[in-house]
Amino acid sequence: MKKYSAFAIAREAARYHQGWERAWAKRAPKAKYDVIIVGAGGHGLATAYYLGKNFGITNVAVIEKGWLGGGNTGRNTTIIRSNYLQDPSAAIYEKARSLYENLSQDLNYNIMFSPRGVIMLAQTHHEVRGYQRTAHANALQGVKTEWISPSQVKKLVPIMNIEGPRYPVLGGLWQARGGTARHDAVAWGYARACSDMGMDIIQQTEVTAIKREGGKVTGVSTTRGDIACDKLGIVVAGHSGVLADMAGFRLPIESVPLQALVSEPIKPCMDVVVMANTVHGYMSQSDKGEMVIGGGTDSHNAYTQRGSFHHIEETVRALCETFPMLSRLKMLRQWGGIVDVTGDRSPILSKTPVDGVFINCGWGTGGFKAIPGSGWGMAELIAKGHSPLTDEFGLDRFVEGRFIDESVAAGVAH
Amino acid sequence: MLILHCPNCGVMADETELTAGGEAHIKRETVGSDDAAFEQYLFQRENPRGVHFERWRHTSGCGKWFHAARCTASLEVFGTYPAQTVEPPKEITDKITAKRPGWSWRSFS
Amino acid sequence: MSTRLQTKGRLVNRDRQISFSFNGKRLKAYEGDTLASALLANDQMLVGRSFKYHRPRGVVASGAEEPNALVNLGEGHRFEPNARATTTEVFDGLKAGSQNHFPSLEFDVGAINQHLSRFLPAGFYYKMFIHPRPLWKHVYEPFIRQSAGLGKAPDAETRDPDTYEYFHAHTDVLIIGGGVAGLTAALAAGRAGAQVILCEQTADWGGRAAVDGDEIDGMPVEEWIKNALQELESMKNITLRTRMMGAGVYDHGYVLCYERLTDHIGPSEGPRHRLWKVRAKQVVTATGAIERPLSFAGNDIPGVMLASAVRDYAINYGVSAGDRTVVVTNNDDAYRTAIAMLDAGLSVPAVIDVRATPDTPLIERVKSRGVRVMQGMAIAKVKGGKRVTGVSVCSQAGEGAVLEDIACDVVAMSGGWSPVVHLWSHCGGKLTWDEAGAFFRPDPTRAPLSFDGTPFVIAAGSANGEMDEGAVLADAYTMGQEAAKRVGATPKGAAPTAKDTAQAPLLPVWMMPQGASYKLRSKMWLDYQNDVKVSDVQLAAQEGYESVEHTKRYTTLGMATDQGKLSNINGLAILAQELNAPIPQVGTTTFRPPYTPISMGAIAGEAKGEIFQPLRRTPMHDWHEAHGVYWEPVGHWRRPYCYPQSGESHEDAVNREVVNTRENLGLLDASTLGKLIVKGPDAGKFLDMLYTNMMSTLKPGRCRYGLMCSENGFLMDDGVVARIDDDTFLCHTTSGGADHIHAHMEEWLQTEWWDWQVHVANVTEQYGQIAVVGPKARDVLQSLGGMDVSKEALSFMGWADGTLGGIPVRIFRISFSGELSYEIAVDAGRAQELWELLHANGQQFGVMPYGTEALHILRAEKGFIMIGDETDGTVIPQDLGLHWALSKKKADYLGKRAQQRTHMTDPDRWLLVGLETVDGSVIPDGAYATGEGTNANGQKVVQGRVTSTYYSANLKRGIAMGLVLNGPDRMGEQLTFLKTDGTAVHARIVDPVFYDKEGVKQDV
Repeated sequence: MKKYSAFAIAREAARYHQGWERAWAKRAPKAKYDVIIVGAGGHGLATAYYLGKNFGITNVAVIEKGWLGGGNTGRNTTIIRSNYLQDPSAAIYEKARSLYENLSQDLNYNIMFSPRGVIMLAQTHHEVRGYQRTAHANALQGVKTEWISPSQVKKLVPIMNIEGPRYPVLGGLWQARGGTARHDAVAWGYARACSDMGMDIIQQTEVTAIKREGGKVTGVSTTRGDIACDKLGIVVAGHSGVLADMAGFRLPIESVPLQALVSEPIKPCMDVVVMANTVHGYMSQSDKGEMVIGGGTDSHNAYTQRGSFHHIEETVRALCETFPMLSRLKMLRQWGGIVDVTGDRSPILSKTPVDGVFINCGWGTGGFKAIPGSGWGMAELIAKGHSPLTDEFGLDRFVEGRFIDESVAAGVAH
Repeated sequence: MLILHCPNCGVMADETELTAGGEAHIKRETVGSDDAAFEQYLFQRENPRGVHFERWRHTSGCGKWFHAARCTASLEVFGTYPAQTVEPPKEITDKITAKRPGWSWRSFS
Repeated sequence: MSTRLQTKGRLVNRDRQISFSFNGKRLKAYEGDTLASALLANDQMLVGRSFKYHRPRGVVASGAEEPNALVNLGEGHRFEPNARATTTEVFDGLKAGSQNHFPSLEFDVGAINQHLSRFLPAGFYYKMFIHPRPLWKHVYEPFIRQSAGLGKAPDAETRDPDTYEYFHAHTDVLIIGGGVAGLTAALAAGRAGAQVILCEQTADWGGRAAVDGDEIDGMPVEEWIKNALQELESMKNITLRTRMMGAGVYDHGYVLCYERLTDHIGPSEGPRHRLWKVRAKQVVTATGAIERPLSFAGNDIPGVMLASAVRDYAINYGVSAGDRTVVVTNNDDAYRTAIAMLDAGLSVPAVIDVRATPDTPLIERVKSRGVRVMQGMAIAKVKGGKRVTGVSVCSQAGEGAVLEDIACDVVAMSGGWSPVVHLWSHCGGKLTWDEAGAFFRPDPTRAPLSFDGTPFVIAAGSANGEMDEGAVLADAYTMGQEAAKRVGATPKGAAPTAKDTAQAPLLPVWMMPQGASYKLRSKMWLDYQNDVKVSDVQLAAQEGYESVEHTKRYTTLGMATDQGKLSNINGLAILAQELNAPIPQVGTTTFRPPYTPISMGAIAGEAKGEIFQPLRRTPMHDWHEAHGVYWEPVGHWRRPYCYPQSGESHEDAVNREVVNTRENLGLLDASTLGKLIVKGPDAGKFLDMLYTNMMSTLKPGRCRYGLMCSENGFLMDDGVVARIDDDTFLCHTTSGGADHIHAHMEEWLQTEWWDWQVHVANVTEQYGQIAVVGPKARDVLQSLGGMDVSKEALSFMGWADGTLGGIPVRIFRISFSGELSYEIAVDAGRAQELWELLHANGQQFGVMPYGTEALHILRAEKGFIMIGDETDGTVIPQDLGLHWALSKKKADYLGKRAQQRTHMTDPDRWLLVGLETVDGSVIPDGAYATGEGTNANGQKVVQGRVTSTYYSANLKRGIAMGLVLNGPDRMGEQLTFLKTDGTAVHARIVDPVFYDKEGVKQDV
């Protein structure tokens, strides 16, 4: 693989850019692989990448029914943070965040990681206590966060109205090394690196059956024929239920639409990512200048990649209240993704009832930020049978009643 | 933005009047059930890309729960019926069969 | 130069001149002008700079598809960036400015980028700035970010003074687009008797037909439009709206329309925008078509415009884009521009037609007026910088060898027309490729489906791929009738007719000339705003970004504020060519709402400021307000946090309230507590399932504290249940729990135990509730008189009805503070009266109101748990030592089975204890107790956490409760709590009851 660099660009410019090679190779599937990953989103590609990089397993195919990075990897609001409360969550998200720091260099592909900082706003006393608890937990988890005052919030985000009549800002949980990255580039960078290791990325190919013998996986049937494998990783987010059905088990998962929108691009006015959970909205400004806004999920199951408009209304209403200058900006585009939500809203990275089949799903609305950590842990799980990053995220937790609950909020009392 | 017929009060209810309540016809497991059955009851879901039987409440309306048979891919609603039943009415399953031959849903198809 | 013509312009009122400013310059316009037409009339062709290379940009189009003419509009609190000049109506006093340049539009230092463009191909940033890492953070990224964006950001302290509103409408048929197709469809549906809403995004009916058409039904197009409108206005079943755009089509016939009410008159009273939420049984998209640019070198230089736009400006606004117009085309339609220019007395040096085609009537008309028609020819290159000065002509078949230069100041290009299929596609409508027209058109066999599985969107006219006037009218009438039929109406009447002008077929040409070199291809713009060129799409394909979504995202093609209305098909065709695949196989990107950008204000609607979310007020709200309350938001309620007196900090106030309540008398507004009446023969049985303890054995007249768990085992609510009579219970919930516990009860009653005879009513807001607390509580009640509140008559955990000071009340003898306490429920309408009475009579006993913080401290001193503090959705009653509240006699209750799972019976769960700091300080909220070493992920091991922590003014020290590993077995042991600053607090494990351990004070 030819390295990317400013010199490479100058070299290729001299020959009218005719010399650039394919970012990832286009190969026909082989008859058999050591590992097949179904799903060429960020998580699937990262899993393949770390199988090769950390464990030397390169006889790997990543099979994708559409185009790589075309699911939630390319539809999210690109926020990266690791200020989670529970230990297992903080561990995998912080692993991911720390890998993001050097991912451009590691992949030789600029994924534009921008550690501009993330604020989680506290707008009720209950949230203040919740985030102070998170700050304490983070200090022990090695996640650098800080509780900041309303005036510090205002200094970081001048466009915010911290004295709104309904939900004044009472402070915030600040993670200075959180931020954003270019979502498509993460998938493309991993794909290019996987391809460079000799792995096959097989797009436009749908898995139609999972073949088993004596409770063990033997391969898959696809729209381009049967492919054998020793191990199979299912990393298909919203479609996990469909794949699990092929393998003969069910999941504690429901798939629901999640929506996001962007404004027209304006000159830079907000340098950090802001999340306001009380009013269900979060916002950052992209490198193009668009205000990128994420909202809530629909509560009914759907596979339509579009949601109901009243969720957009609620989000925009809340954000206009928090950032009054938004009012005369215009919404350029809204879209939806299908997110897979588990019983405790934490992901599943697990062995399954079928020997050799592993599943990575249930990231809900938080998948993008976890991609490198998820891939790292998932690769270890597939290669070695367990990983400290994934051990707590097994399917068994739903039987045992051992949940990883990040919502930590019952009603406010008395 | 879905619209569903509330079988209790008879109106075509806008989604903003409704609250979705997840999969329908789940049998409650309780003391005496084994761990696997209890986990199935609480967490395992069909989550199909296709025909889905589900619960809704007409929250900002008559307040009653009802069931809907709906396709999660096309969002077509095959019918709604009162929640006080353990299985979908035959006329609805017949309608689904006519429109989606070969469909399946647990033991109902 | 561009200028105002002598000809009238059908949309402007020459009798009303108005003035506006652009970049500070005062300019003249006429009423009816768009900002774009007015700028052109003032020879302001240069209107902005492109995103990436800061290339000079001029007006290209005349409608919503315009990618270039975006301006900063207005000022101060009414400033709006990225306003589209072609859809902005000029009003007197309008102020506009150009975007994306420094220091000025004419001289922009960012334009250096265009000279570096060879080093900035598609996706260059993915390949650069990788090493060394610190440079990305400190140099590259800040630079990229500073150069981002188009319009100016509104000032941080902007407060939009305008209002916005929602409008809900239900209709049989919604017709989007008020051109002749929309009008015709409306006539068809209206005559059939269907309820119709017809909306048009511009200020004028009739669309482009009046520019291009000859006659409809034998009369001039404009007259026909007037007649059609008259007929439509006379029908009661038709609602007509201009300046209203169909913005998005959503599931089950839900359509968003965006009406701009005051944008065309400037700051004024009343709502600025109105967001229509239309639920339509049928939607007809009569959204017309958009002309495509052609790809030739220099096609982005100001003065290169869509052929249709050039004649729109001349005919509609009486504005010429320039004196000498070269037309370049692959179809007949563009010849109309040549005719329009000649009619306006302007010169057309040549029509460059890539086709070698026999003369058709249009070509004949142009030739007959002495215009040179150059067939089989193409533009090798446009000359000029900030303005077109000429074109070099070459043969389309070759590689671009220049045959001739022609001087001109306008290039009118036409690559054919594409139906506007956005609204058809938003909700799943599929497209089919039309070979002849070289466009995607709606596939009627794959229309968007409604709730009943039947199609609910119909495309009509040019939006349906019909490009000839006669065919448009026939199709639109048929489709209007079809919509009417689908809603049960009976079609009648006949379609209007028009003669079609015979035209030669279009020749799909996606690049000029066909063998263009890289040098030329790198100057052919596809996306003007985002600076995406033919060479960029080709590079993307070469590098394997083969899917149309990959190409779009890699090059940013079609991602600008025009969302690719001009560039999508052209880009797609280049990609298809590069991949050697047919266009339909490459497919399209997804069309997403809105059709053109709509204001956030309109989306947010009326609800801002005080009415953002309705505030719930207790009956005593105004009293608190008048007595210096400091509020705490609790759900949608406001609750008094404390009542600071002059000079007091919140902390001082809380301490005073805490001490006074223990020593004298406190009043608490407890009205927000949930109050649910559960009634019926099976009410006791039902509550036995809902609560973990036994409620059916409670005697009328008595109260019992109960716990509620979710079916998943976790504590979800608590509160006191009073049995009113055999069939009736009153369940108190937490303030936050009232609504969802009510819903929880309804859910179980309706969906699981539907044969049980129980009704539930939420009466939370029907009653005010006042807690009268402290050693003098009985004294103050007795001073009011009316009922016996002695220990004998009303013992602890009893309740009684009666009156106090003449006001009917129900008194519960319950205590959440450990003091003698009466909670008094009173009709909401009389609650403030009673409160004031208690406050006045309480003066002699030292009464003070107290707030939520004092309430928290008082309960913490007693070791009472608080839902939301001791619980967080992961805690079960067993964790809190509440085994006494878990009935062993009951076979079942919600959560019982769940609590038998292995993790919930794990002996290593963290359990509730009291915590007493060694130095008397207060442990910080949320602090964790550290254990030994680190876990497998390198995180410090923890063994407990604080759940409630306060300064107790009564005990004069910090007190806390917490969940600790094996806590109750470790009494007296010392734990280390780490603060976020790295220092530690040491605390001893103690009993959680700090005050009055025997519980004698509440039971006196």
